[in-house]
Amino acid sequence: MSDWVDICAATAIEPGMAGTVPVEGADDIAVFHTIGGEFYALVNKCPHKAGPLSQGIVHGDSVSCPLHNWKISLKSGEALGDDEGCTPTIPLKVEDQRILLDRSAIIALQAA
Amino acid sequence: MNAQTSFESAISGDQKERLVVIGNGMAGCRAVEEILALSPDRFDITIFGSEPRVNYNRIMLSPVLAGEKTFDEIVINSQEWYDENDISLISGDPVIHIDREACQVVSRSGKIASYDKLLIATGSDPFVIPVPGNDLSGVVTFRDLDDVETMLSAAKNSSKAVVIGGGLLGLEAAHGLSLRGMDVTVLHLMPTLMERQLDEAAGFLLKSELEGRGMTIMTGADTAEILETDNKVSGVRLKDDTVIDADLVVMAVGIRPNGVLAKASGIDVERGILVDDHMVTSDPNILAVGECIRHRGACYGLVAPIWDMCRSLAAGLNETPKAYTGSVTSTKLKVSGVDLFSAGDFSGGEECEDIVMRDASRGIYKRVVVKDNRVVGAVLYGDTQDGNWYFDLLRNEEDISEIREALIFGQAFASGGALADPKAAVAALSDEAEICGCNGVSKGQVVGCINGGAHSLDAVRSQCKASASCGSCTDLVENLLALTLGDEVEQGAKTMCKCTSFGHDDVRRLILEKQLKAIPEVMQELHWSTPDGCSSCRPALNYYLLCAWPGEYVDDQKSRFVNERLHANIQKDGTYSVVPRMWGGITNPRELRAIADVVEKYEARMVKVTGGQRLDIFGIKKEDLPAVWADLNAAGMVSGHAYGKALRTVKTCVGSEWCRFGTQDSTGLGVKLEQMSWGSWMPHKFKMAVSGCPRNCAEATIKDFGVVCVDSGYELHIGGNGGIKVRATDLLIRVETEEEALEHCAAFVQLYREDAWYLERTAPWLERKGLEWIKSQLYDDPATVPALAERFRYSQKFSQDDPWAQRAAGDRADLHSHLGSVPAGPPADGVLKLEPAT
Repeated sequence: MSDWVDICAATAIEPGMAGTVPVEGADDIAVFHTIGGEFYALVNKCPHKAGPLSQGIVHGDSVSCPLHNWKISLKSGEALGDDEGCTPTIPLKVEDQRILLDRSAIIALQAA
Repeated sequence: MNAQTSFESAISGDQKERLVVIGNGMAGCRAVEEILALSPDRFDITIFGSEPRVNYNRIMLSPVLAGEKTFDEIVINSQEWYDENDISLISGDPVIHIDREACQVVSRSGKIASYDKLLIATGSDPFVIPVPGNDLSGVVTFRDLDDVETMLSAAKNSSKAVVIGGGLLGLEAAHGLSLRGMDVTVLHLMPTLMERQLDEAAGFLLKSELEGRGMTIMTGADTAEILETDNKVSGVRLKDDTVIDADLVVMAVGIRPNGVLAKASGIDVERGILVDDHMVTSDPNILAVGECIRHRGACYGLVAPIWDMCRSLAAGLNETPKAYTGSVTSTKLKVSGVDLFSAGDFSGGEECEDIVMRDASRGIYKRVVVKDNRVVGAVLYGDTQDGNWYFDLLRNEEDISEIREALIFGQAFASGGALADPKAAVAALSDEAEICGCNGVSKGQVVGCINGGAHSLDAVRSQCKASASCGSCTDLVENLLALTLGDEVEQGAKTMCKCTSFGHDDVRRLILEKQLKAIPEVMQELHWSTPDGCSSCRPALNYYLLCAWPGEYVDDQKSRFVNERLHANIQKDGTYSVVPRMWGGITNPRELRAIADVVEKYEARMVKVTGGQRLDIFGIKKEDLPAVWADLNAAGMVSGHAYGKALRTVKTCVGSEWCRFGTQDSTGLGVKLEQMSWGSWMPHKFKMAVSGCPRNCAEATIKDFGVVCVDSGYELHIGGNGGIKVRATDLLIRVETEEEALEHCAAFVQLYREDAWYLERTAPWLERKGLEWIKSQLYDDPATVPALAERFRYSQKFSQDDPWAQRAAGDRADLHSHLGSVPAGPPADGVLKLEPAT
């Protein structure tokens, strides 16, 4: 059994945008594609007031939450600037133009 | 079998170990060279190659295609090399079987060779996209000399070529075919060319350059099929049904490691042939090198890592271990006249710092990514002179803190001792030295201007024009201010955001002056200090461009705040609220029924009457929005834009039709105003109202534009606000007819659209500019009001297309759907499956 779950083609998410993966029994996962071409996955929930980060404006390697404009690092999930808080990240890799998420991290979200 | 054995004995006459190499390409031959250098007499070497020729430099096929080199010039090892080193070359006869038990390989023609060590260097295969027609005559890949010859003969006999793939290889093929006189279209799936090597800014510059050379570049182009006429290619059809005529189609979308032979023989292959740090496969007698391998999870398609691999391979065989630990790669595009370099990781990140330099007049973009005082990535466009220097700093992980300030200016500047301090460098310039190339201002003139009282950047810009055009010399001017005044430098007007040294007014002016028509172009020409802006400047630039170039600029969805991207208002629980338009606040049973039905069908949790006389439906999920809109559209309602920096609502009272005090038809005028202005994007939200008499039941005097009807006509009011800071309107003008009221409204709206800063409501805008300024702008010249109104009407032609109807019809379905979903877990069998998106 592979340790990675195939989510979608890398082309399914435009650079500068994000897509969502609902997880039964847990919060949605947001998969980001930066304008620079990197992919990241985070729980789709701002550490501030649980805003859906997938709907924020993506710039550099961060996203601005659509609710109150907190800036969240896509690499670490940490709030940037003077704000404090952290959103869980999910290990992600791109292989053969497919986006794969770490299986155990998803199961951990469901178990939490 | 006998005839074959005789061949084998012919090549293994003495006691040397036998080395058989499968693959006569760059990796195989380079490995042999390295082995010969370390252990000259150890092996009896046989090389099998599938191409009927000696070893050549595959990378240089692009210049051959472009006519800049001949085949002879790109040969690496001629026949003499094989002869001198007693290497048996069996070309045009690929190995088709490896017998690991017998330690033998068999070629297509039946030749058998025994080995003590076997080296697999089968390289990679071009990836052919699985679409109908991909096997037609006239469809070629770009991998070997045969492909080049096919393309060259096509170029002689036909005129139109399509290259699928806007990566390194695809663009080099396109360039070559274009130089050979073909009409070339490049189709690239992603929005940016060479997205793996370039960021958006450099990709944009490259696209403009190639288009300037006559190529057509289509990004976001997804090929559906290759079309045929008489069994030959005749064109390409995209998924959006665009058809491009073509006599030749070149597939250059990528490569994949060729591990077929290895896999068939039972060696471990996962995407590539798995090797250790000395290029040994899962069989200790078999080595592999080049593009066919996978080392520590990575596959490589560039030449530099392959050279490193070959050195480690030879060292391992020689028992002088020098492990291969993976490579950092750099890329240069071989398109003559285009200087482009990229290396390392330029995706940025929180501990990473971007140093960006742009010089619009020379077409230069440089970006160096620094982390923990070390260079981790670089993208250079237009001036790649320092590419190798940055690459060295990167590979050697050198501490750059000493030269940090001057790093971006390149090696010559950074190593210039005292000049490494930019302030010292500026101080060292002579008075005649030119500071601002755009406006021809010398250092002496700038200093004179500062000494004459210009104590801020803005003051210098307005008085002597230095740095007032492209802004690339802003740093120099700021340094001159600091040198001349010390601490007395005044901070100028606020810049748009930390990504730029320009304020909103300058950006808007320069967009028009320089005819800037795309966000990456603005960022390049105005020297943005970040690669792709931030959540403040992206939406602002998107609006400024939309306002400046109506009908021409394509709205950038990724620069839109969520509400404007999803055409609904996000709520604190992540659901959305939906407000259908009710012209002038008037509704009817059909609309009310449709709204009631939507509320029940989609289980909306609340319906609220808004302050702008509309109904707001709360609690809709983003997936349900298109269906909600379809239902509302069916009852004749369109988007109410309650979510946008746009015309929101026109609130009205019932006016002369019903009210005993009414002086004019205020509802009728309200509906006309709303029909004229709905759908228009603004610097901020914009509210209007029409009251039928001075009792002002529609509260017109706290709106951005308010009309108060009087017996003699209409009073037009501007700049009101009922928000955080309440502000009553100022009277702009009195007019006699509805037509005049509409005309003045259109002119005022357009003045606001063209002049205000993004996110500035009319009230603070009016206070900043002054009522007199607005009046003088509108009325000093009688031609102004009609001209502004005409510009507004022209721009409205492109904005009055109901966004809800577009989405309900399936436009941008990706924004409303999930990628897939993970079901309840963990499941009993421990297998987690993903359910595909519906």
